[in-house]
Amino acid sequence: MSESALSARGINKSFGSLIVASDIEIDLPAGVRYALIGPNGAGKTTLINLMTGMLRPDAGRIVLGGDDITALPPDERVRRGLVRTFQINSLFPHLTALESVTLAVCERRRVASTWWRPLTAYGEEVDEAHAILSRLALAAVCHRRTRELAYGQQRLLEIALALAAKPKVLLLDEPAAGVPREESQDLFAAIAGLSRDITVLFIEHDMDLVFRFASRVIVMVGGRVLLEGTPAEIAADSRVRAVYLGKAHRGTAP
Amino acid sequence: MPPVFGMLFDGIAYGMLLFLMSVGLSVTLGMMNFVNLAHCSFAMLGGYVAVTLMNAFGWPFLLTLPIAFLAAAAASVVLERVFFRRFYNAGELEQCLLTIGIVFVSIAGAAYIYGTDQQPVHLPPYLQGSIVFAGLDFAIYRLFLIGIALVITVVLIATVEATRFGAQVRAAVNNQRMARGLGIDVDRLFAITFALGSGLAGLGGALAIAMLGLDPSFALTYLIYVLIVVSVGGLGSVAGSFVAAMLLGVSDEAGKYYIPAFGSVLIYLVMMVVIMWRPAGLFGRR
Amino acid sequence: MSSATIDAAFGPRQFLRAQNRWRWTEIAFWLATLLPFVLTPDYLVLASQIAITGLFALSLDLILGFSGIISLGHAAYFGMGAYTAGLLSVWGWGEPLTGLLAAGVTAGLFGYLTSFIIARFRHLALIMITLGIGLLLQEAANSASFITGGFDGLQGIHTWPILNRFDFDLYGRTAYSYALVVLFLTFLVARRIIHSPFGLSLRGIRENGQRMPAIGAATRAHIRTIYTIAAVMAGIAGALLAQTTETVSLETLGFQRSADVLVMLILGGTGRLYGGPIGAIVYMVARDQFSGLNPQYWYFWIGLLLIAVVMFMPDGILGGLALALRRLTPRRAKD
Repeated sequence: MSESALSARGINKSFGSLIVASDIEIDLPAGVRYALIGPNGAGKTTLINLMTGMLRPDAGRIVLGGDDITALPPDERVRRGLVRTFQINSLFPHLTALESVTLAVCERRRVASTWWRPLTAYGEEVDEAHAILSRLALAAVCHRRTRELAYGQQRLLEIALALAAKPKVLLLDEPAAGVPREESQDLFAAIAGLSRDITVLFIEHDMDLVFRFASRVIVMVGGRVLLEGTPAEIAADSRVRAVYLGKAHRGTAP
Repeated sequence: MPPVFGMLFDGIAYGMLLFLMSVGLSVTLGMMNFVNLAHCSFAMLGGYVAVTLMNAFGWPFLLTLPIAFLAAAAASVVLERVFFRRFYNAGELEQCLLTIGIVFVSIAGAAYIYGTDQQPVHLPPYLQGSIVFAGLDFAIYRLFLIGIALVITVVLIATVEATRFGAQVRAAVNNQRMARGLGIDVDRLFAITFALGSGLAGLGGALAIAMLGLDPSFALTYLIYVLIVVSVGGLGSVAGSFVAAMLLGVSDEAGKYYIPAFGSVLIYLVMMVVIMWRPAGLFGRR
Repeated sequence: MSSATIDAAFGPRQFLRAQNRWRWTEIAFWLATLLPFVLTPDYLVLASQIAITGLFALSLDLILGFSGIISLGHAAYFGMGAYTAGLLSVWGWGEPLTGLLAAGVTAGLFGYLTSFIIARFRHLALIMITLGIGLLLQEAANSASFITGGFDGLQGIHTWPILNRFDFDLYGRTAYSYALVVLFLTFLVARRIIHSPFGLSLRGIRENGQRMPAIGAATRAHIRTIYTIAAVMAGIAGALLAQTTETVSLETLGFQRSADVLVMLILGGTGRLYGGPIGAIVYMVARDQFSGLNPQYWYFWIGLLLIAVVMFMPDGILGGLALALRRLTPRRAKD
């Protein structure tokens, strides 16, 4: 039986009397596409923060490819292949798209501390960054500053930054959030185009994305995992409908 | 009574003064994240207003105190409307530089109007001298200072904990966005708090003349101590400012008393240690 | 769309190379630094002081403008360098180049040690810690007056001729040449750093420090490195001061000096490499012109200037120039 790419075991976290994660058990087999859904405040982003190390759990373990990473700092987890994107764009406003992705590539390749050689000597890194941007249809705007990009393009840049880190496990936090219909095609294509070597967990409210890409759906409510199942099972479940699907504003159960 | 109690007494009196001058900055920094380095200019203004009223118009000392408060509060309202408002969302560096610019202008202004000498202050006879108790001298003025400051502290804490206004202030400090969402007019709240805080600084400045002296460099010299109180106590906390002010006042006196050769080193060391242990201050969040 | 074809033809590597190229404005600037020898030979002493302060401001730009670390105590490293070079001379070794080296190493070591503290904090805590370090060092230097000469400063500094040939003359020719060469060489190093992958990381830290760990960056290690480098440069500037003026006093590591260099950098414009030197030129020439003025009035105008800069020209002189240039030459069509 293959090891899961990422698992959360018995994760608990509370802030005073506010419980944000309660006995979370999640397993992501290698190469899957899982979706994490739930109403606002269910603790989905908190779970991602716990998995990536931005929050420390009160109890429980995070295991990445067989290694216990619970004690590792966030940047070390990234270096081991656990990468996330942010729900609200967290980009570098005055850096161009190319510079941003090149930065991520340089950090991954451990050349970012070199201060005595010019960036122009790192052609491979620049080329790799450009290739990533091309795959995400951003090549044409790669010399534009991030703050000048359209919102949909910025969302794609979020993903580009994550891809530059060569993730083994990719946690996408609402990748389509705020992206208007017209600009979401590139985004969908980008997600569809993700290599099968990468294990993907994405948080989404957009049911179109969930049904199109996810092989399995995890439902979270109030810091707990309510249930897990295929998209069809989840759509048909009355508990989920009561708690969450009733609030969906686009995409309906087939 | 061993002399250490005399030192403690002086330290507490100094701490009370620091508290009055710092609490406003702590709350406004915590609420709006606005770094107002000109805060001690308001203290200085209060001092100079008190001096002018006493020396040029012959007012009794006690009467100048509420005027010092009001003058500083009024000045802060003007500055807030004209300048500060535009910078609530600006970076820390811009806020620092803007307010430092105002400090420089205020120092030059004070030097131009009043000259660079220390301002004389004539305390009424009932505030002069000292009481002898258990073999130690307790200056009456310092007793008076401690008394006033304690009353103000109690009033402040009661306001913050027990009134609706105080609850709104606490909410806004805790989470500004949420507070707005609840319908609290944070901007108006901030303007009022800012005026109150600056007024208290002005009062502190007026009270400080007899203990620390007053000259144009006051705005910069005591800014450093006020910043230390605020960062040690934690932003947005009245109790934090009080504890930090006491801690620093006593440390400073202890330093001068036990290791006079090293002057203010103790205060800086205490600050560094506290901030490294708790970057958000003793009573700060995050 | 026209811009797409422009970008497609202009490959990414070429684009970055173009950014690295020396602009004519830069060459003009450095040629202009030679003018004082010809145009204002009586002011070479002032010119050397400006070059030294420009170097100091450049070192601050590396941590403030490029990495986003607000420091109110950068003079600590300047003063360290000044006292190191000064003390070496007082103790009998007045050779300038080795003195420069020793100062850089000492200041750099102190910078490295303090960088472990600095790298852990942000916002107000960071500002206060930089302030605290500066103030503590000031107090320590004041108390250790048996070493530092206390309030009166170091006495008995005598700088030997550079390379055994160039003696320091009264007109400041040697001083200015010396300071200018050191400034230029250090500037080349700074420029190298900015255009390196490390420079890109620094800008990343400045733009969004929170995102950096999420792309696998060892942010604290980066900050420690640049802080140490900036400390070395500041120390070298301090040593230059000690050697060219043959005096060192407590103000070299005082709060006033930290504040002044900050004002100069803001005036010139942060994050542009030339902002420090330009700010130093404007500030110190103005101060020299108005030196007869009462110090209070000087600070009145500086205060007004700061308010004006923050309100109307937040990117300083260079920022304002860049904006004006962009408005005057609309080369690319806006999409």
